[in-house]
Amino acid sequence: MAEPLLAIQNLKTYFISRDSTVRAVDGIDLEVYPRQVVCIVGESGCGKSMTSLSIMRLVPKPKGKIVDGQIVFQGRDLLKLSEKAMTDVRGNEISMIFQEPMTALNPVLTIGDQITEVLVRHRNMNKRQALAKAIEMLKRVGVPRAEQIVHEYPHQLSGGLRQRVMIAMAMVCEPKLLIADEPTTALDVTIQAQVLELMRQLREDFNTAIILITHDLGVVAEMADHVVVMYAGQVVESVNADELFAEPLHPYTQGLMASIPTLDEEKEVLYSIPGTVPDAAAFPEGCRFASRCPLAQPSCFEKMPELREVKPGHFVRCDVV
Amino acid sequence: MSENLLEVRDLKKYFPITAGLLRRTVGYVKAVDGVSFTVREGETLGIVGESGCGKSTTGRMIMRVLDPTEGQIIFDGQDITHLQGRALRAIRPKFQMVFQDPYASLNPKMAVQDIIAEPLIVNKVCSKKEAVERVVELLKTVGLRPDDRLRYPHEFSGGQRQRIGIARALALHPKLIVADEAVSALDVSIQSQILNLLMDLKKQFNLSYMFISHNLAVVRHISDRVGVMYLGHMVELADKKSLYANPRHPYTEALLSAAPEPKRQGRRERIILQGDVPSPANPPKGCPFHTRCPKAMDECRVQRPVMREVAPGHLVACHLY
Repeated sequence: MAEPLLAIQNLKTYFISRDSTVRAVDGIDLEVYPRQVVCIVGESGCGKSMTSLSIMRLVPKPKGKIVDGQIVFQGRDLLKLSEKAMTDVRGNEISMIFQEPMTALNPVLTIGDQITEVLVRHRNMNKRQALAKAIEMLKRVGVPRAEQIVHEYPHQLSGGLRQRVMIAMAMVCEPKLLIADEPTTALDVTIQAQVLELMRQLREDFNTAIILITHDLGVVAEMADHVVVMYAGQVVESVNADELFAEPLHPYTQGLMASIPTLDEEKEVLYSIPGTVPDAAAFPEGCRFASRCPLAQPSCFEKMPELREVKPGHFVRCDVV
Repeated sequence: MSENLLEVRDLKKYFPITAGLLRRTVGYVKAVDGVSFTVREGETLGIVGESGCGKSTTGRMIMRVLDPTEGQIIFDGQDITHLQGRALRAIRPKFQMVFQDPYASLNPKMAVQDIIAEPLIVNKVCSKKEAVERVVELLKTVGLRPDDRLRYPHEFSGGQRQRIGIARALALHPKLIVADEAVSALDVSIQSQILNLLMDLKKQFNLSYMFISHNLAVVRHISDRVGVMYLGHMVELADKKSLYANPRHPYTEALLSAAPEPKRQGRRERIILQGDVPSPANPPKGCPFHTRCPKAMDECRVQRPVMREVAPGHLVACHLY
């Protein structure tokens, strides 16, 4: 395959305070190839959102800190860029959309103001050119009445339209990489279907690679080329999507899949993973999933398993499988 | 067939829209506009629909925390639609509610013991001393430890809090529990624990549930029959097998096809609906769904369809049948 567009190596993002260190992201490796849709899936607190904020270098300061690792995007390590150089990357070469469009959009600026801001900053356009481009982009993402909507405010739009506006804003500079953090979680299913369809179409139109962060395995099945399963700040399984759904190998991934009710299968009792996620400020010594794992051996509690290639292209952090 | 525990007839809730200095009523939001259904003893009726379809408003009217504009609610053979004061208080213990947000529905200043005992004490069911025993028993029932009664809500995880909310709902031996998005805020592995708990409790105490959710797969898992709501109307109501295998209403079909399923092969063919749900303040004439319906006919724009039985126990409000 070609060169990866983005290659993350051993990324560690910690939240350091006087009496504790929360290891939110604890040694992640991840590669994204051009035009690829990579889904990062995991439950609350597994570090999936912090991974994406680390790529954008938007980890909350002052406690949050990227303590180790490399994020190489098109040959440059983003972690070594100056703040100014990084602003040229954000919204231009890499852009991001968030879960809650109402909190991500500025309520006191019109839609037009917010989209043109990106173009004026990154493309040196004047206001008029930028507005024309903004309208064109809104039309491409399927916003009706685009000419009027540029003069409206976020609160005047429905949730689905706001998400389209946010996508328009993210795509207006035709970035190489789009990071979408739970983009459809706040939306109703019929609207979610529209937005997912739109993202697929934008990938075709602009050749954009997408990192899609979600907790919903349904969305993963729908969208992903490659899937990375995270648990307690680490990657526990990484494989192409077809194989993940055909043969999940990590006990956590298997547990997740067995826990979800489906639309056409009759399950008397759902499987449930016992216990809860370990505290990120005090991870246990060995495998972080061991205390909840049905396959755990005594050795699992002592030694942290490495992420290893169990089958060609199928990486699992488990010594038992 | 068992008795009807709850019967709802042509229930309506219109919220007035006021404007101007004198707060004159200028229109109505027709949140629920003529809904009828029954819940049999020992049955779980699932209600699905998207935001604003009136599912929560329906649940809250049944709980008698909202007064219906029109219609009748018959609970356990008694018309409770207009009960007030002492008579209402006497019947309230028989129907209880479990809420979506386990963070907002528990008073953070109260210890778990006081939260669960409050309904017992308010209803003068037992003395404070006896209440402690009952609390311990309830905690065990929902899978928490007796010692947990002295702790406060913030010390618990989301799943554990939902268990506390369930214990509180069970305290007065209710016959009906209305669960409004009871597992929607939880991670999948925790969600399955709570679903299993709810199903166990139902058997153990012969409960009936009205389970309101936007998640089609979860509703399928827990329900016996399922009702689909759209814009204040019930559009389809059937036995779950019949509804999921053979949906009749075009909205149900679209909804089922839009739900992302966690598998790569054999997915339903997707029907993407255009546009958004119309405003309930200005609902379309005729069938509420005709503005987005791929199969709409002339008749649909004029005449509102009524619920008709198209197969035994399978009711649909659509002119196609």
